[in-house]
Amino acid sequence: MLYLPPDAENKQRRSTVNWPRRFQELAEKAKHPALKRYYEAAIAAAETPIKDVPMVAVDFETTGLDPDKHGIISIAVIPMTLGRIDMSQARQWVVKPRRLLTEESVTIHGITHSEIERAPDLAQVIDPLLEAVAGKVWVVHYNGIERPFLQGGFKERLNETIHFPVIDTMEIEARFHRQKRSLWDKITGKKPVSIRLADSRQRYNLPFYAPHDAMTDALACGELLQAQIAHHFSPETAIGDIWLP
Amino acid sequence: MEAEHVEILNFLRKYSPFNELPEEELQLTAQNTSVAYFKADTQILEFNQHIDALHVVRSGSIETYHKDGSLFNRLDEGGFFGEAGLLRKGRVRFPVKTIEDTLLYYIPGDLFNRFYDEYDAFADAVEVEEQRRVSHAVKTHESRNRTLSARVETLITREPIAINKSASIREAACLMTDEKVSSLLIYDDEKRDIPAGIITDKDLRKRVLAVEKDASDPVADIMSENLVFVQHNNRVFEAFLTMLRTNLHHLPVLRQSKVIGVIALSDVARHESQSSLYIVSSIFKQTSIEELSQLVPDVHKSFVRMVEEDANSRIIGSAMATIGRSFKQRLLELAEEKYGPPPVPYCFLALGSMARDEQTVVTDQDNAMVLDDSFEPKLHDKYFLNIAQFVSDGLNACGYTYCTGDIMATNPNWRQPLSKWKEYFTDWIENPSPEKLLHSSIFFDLDGVSGEMRFAKELNQLIRKKAPKHKRFLGSMARNALNRTPPLGFFKDFVMEKDGKHRDSINTKRRGTGPVADLIRVHALAIGAQRQNSFARLEEIIDANILPKGRGPDLRDALELISMVRIRHQALALEAGDTPDNNVAPEDLSDFERKNLKDAFQILSNAQKYLRYKYSGG
Repeated sequence: MLYLPPDAENKQRRSTVNWPRRFQELAEKAKHPALKRYYEAAIAAAETPIKDVPMVAVDFETTGLDPDKHGIISIAVIPMTLGRIDMSQARQWVVKPRRLLTEESVTIHGITHSEIERAPDLAQVIDPLLEAVAGKVWVVHYNGIERPFLQGGFKERLNETIHFPVIDTMEIEARFHRQKRSLWDKITGKKPVSIRLADSRQRYNLPFYAPHDAMTDALACGELLQAQIAHHFSPETAIGDIWLP
Repeated sequence: MEAEHVEILNFLRKYSPFNELPEEELQLTAQNTSVAYFKADTQILEFNQHIDALHVVRSGSIETYHKDGSLFNRLDEGGFFGEAGLLRKGRVRFPVKTIEDTLLYYIPGDLFNRFYDEYDAFADAVEVEEQRRVSHAVKTHESRNRTLSARVETLITREPIAINKSASIREAACLMTDEKVSSLLIYDDEKRDIPAGIITDKDLRKRVLAVEKDASDPVADIMSENLVFVQHNNRVFEAFLTMLRTNLHHLPVLRQSKVIGVIALSDVARHESQSSLYIVSSIFKQTSIEELSQLVPDVHKSFVRMVEEDANSRIIGSAMATIGRSFKQRLLELAEEKYGPPPVPYCFLALGSMARDEQTVVTDQDNAMVLDDSFEPKLHDKYFLNIAQFVSDGLNACGYTYCTGDIMATNPNWRQPLSKWKEYFTDWIENPSPEKLLHSSIFFDLDGVSGEMRFAKELNQLIRKKAPKHKRFLGSMARNALNRTPPLGFFKDFVMEKDGKHRDSINTKRRGTGPVADLIRVHALAIGAQRQNSFARLEEIIDANILPKGRGPDLRDALELISMVRIRHQALALEAGDTPDNNVAPEDLSDFERKNLKDAFQILSNAQKYLRYKYSGG
């Protein structure tokens, strides 16, 4: 179960990173041309209302949870705005991890060894991937996977890493559903509210989607963000109040 | 690698009309879907907004509304909306609001339109879904009318209060005061179940105080006997009509031949449209044709109000028939004041829509007179002609135009003694031909309005006894019932006829409610149905199990729909200051009405085919 470490749960402060300026700096430093182009595409400033921010729901399926030991096996990206998630622009790649593919993860992801054997290395999808996410704020459920795995993968292949702002729907869920757990709840052993993707979705009357398909999880996550904004924020809320600090 | 959209695909595969599409089109649809989430109580579509996608409810539920804000439909998972806008002008006809937190899938309009054109099964499934909605729309509509369609028993709040017939008037009055009731049932010692009589506040006033009757006399002296009952499961409006017809303000309610309570006019009035009550009572206060004719604007207002209050066609039809009947009754009273009491007993008949309790504001007068068999033309006919003429002229002045087919009591053929009427009916039933019955089918909906009501009853009994046994009669009636066919459908602003011609308007009576009533009448005659209202007849027909499964309810929904389109159209004309009629131009219909009318006409057409099959060879 993926619960946030307790000290991270209640943190809620405005991001101090000035992402547009950071992107300018990163664009100058970047060596890989695709990465340079990625940074050169504009990124929303913290004060932009979320309704005006181009976003992309992203999900990675990996061979495990540790970016240092495990690798990416599939990537799904779905461009979205607060108003619409656009499946016609969605892209998905299966890639061949440089790390061992365990039997367990195969059964989880439903992707076979032979599919993965035939798949390209992450290096070969960097260009189209960066093109698909350029100018967009990432939306993920649990920040511990996508950004660290991509950063690790880039470091290994390009010898330079990648930085970008991320909205974490699990962190948002923790903001609204974890604060309420009182001392009494802890003493009496009442379980904390689950903020896993499927359980979170249920709270907003979102349908059940079978987990562990990258495209489905990305869609599930994008829908959850729309629901969270509808219930807890407004379309006018500044993106800086929503993305991870 | 082409991205798979497993969840969207699996969802679409489950629901009509998408499950009619081949796999590759489904894939394409899933890949081009977009998604949005809405909190409960969010307006999704505004009236006349541009629309470019079919909206499918993935989770949650929504409501669609009429322009006036009244509810049209509710949809939940798998339901879709916006197809009307896509197929036509790309504009929203029905505003949509979420009633729960809702996730929507959007299917691009160009894809939907291509599927609709290329795949007949897909197009049919869209239409079928709409047909299901016709029935749903009618049901929703009915549930909103629960005050009007409520059952009598829902008005009963307490056990009936009763006293023995040997009690004194004073004891009865004290009991009524203690129990705070305005009526009291009177029981006989021997017969415990059914009360022997009833007294009301009014009786104490009129039959005791006003005549200085001794309060120690037995209450039996002042009670009303021959009680009129209503059944516990009668609708409130039916009880209301009974009160209006009988002029009784308290009716005991029966359940399994036991009185379970008494309902008073005041109970009913709270549940009924005040306006039609007011009109009926004022009709009986007018003293001339001229005064009566001045009530016509009020009649129209009450009609419009009932439409606005969303009454269904059965209630409106009943209320309007009651008003029409009251005009006739009052005119007969005025005629008898003018020409003196009748020399022999007679019964004035209502025929057609009035007898069926299915009137609107556009209606002509169809009536007849049944005279006592002691009638002697030379001595008496002058009197009855005068009465008939007076009533007929009066009705014409009150908006019930003369019957173009001359089916009126002024016509000597339709002003005959009971024995002659029995001969007529016997001849029509035993020696039938379609030609002979062409103009007499209207007589098979008959009801007494005033006078010797037993004459009307006897004729109805004769019909019910004879008709089911005479196949040739039923066959001839069936053939005539097929003379008027529904139009094929609508294309843009005209109506397509079966022969390929088109018209710019449709006569909703001649092409819709008329043929439905005709075919229901044939089935009703075949089973000797007791009641005359088309909806009531249909209930008996469904119970008799002579229609294929599901056809009865379909026909009921179709009749309700066509009737309401007709009624609404007339109400709109009245509001605009125009003369109401039965001709509806397709461009005046909402997309909803147009689509559903098309379905309703299809149901009618199928019902006609079945009628032909069932009664052919007659």
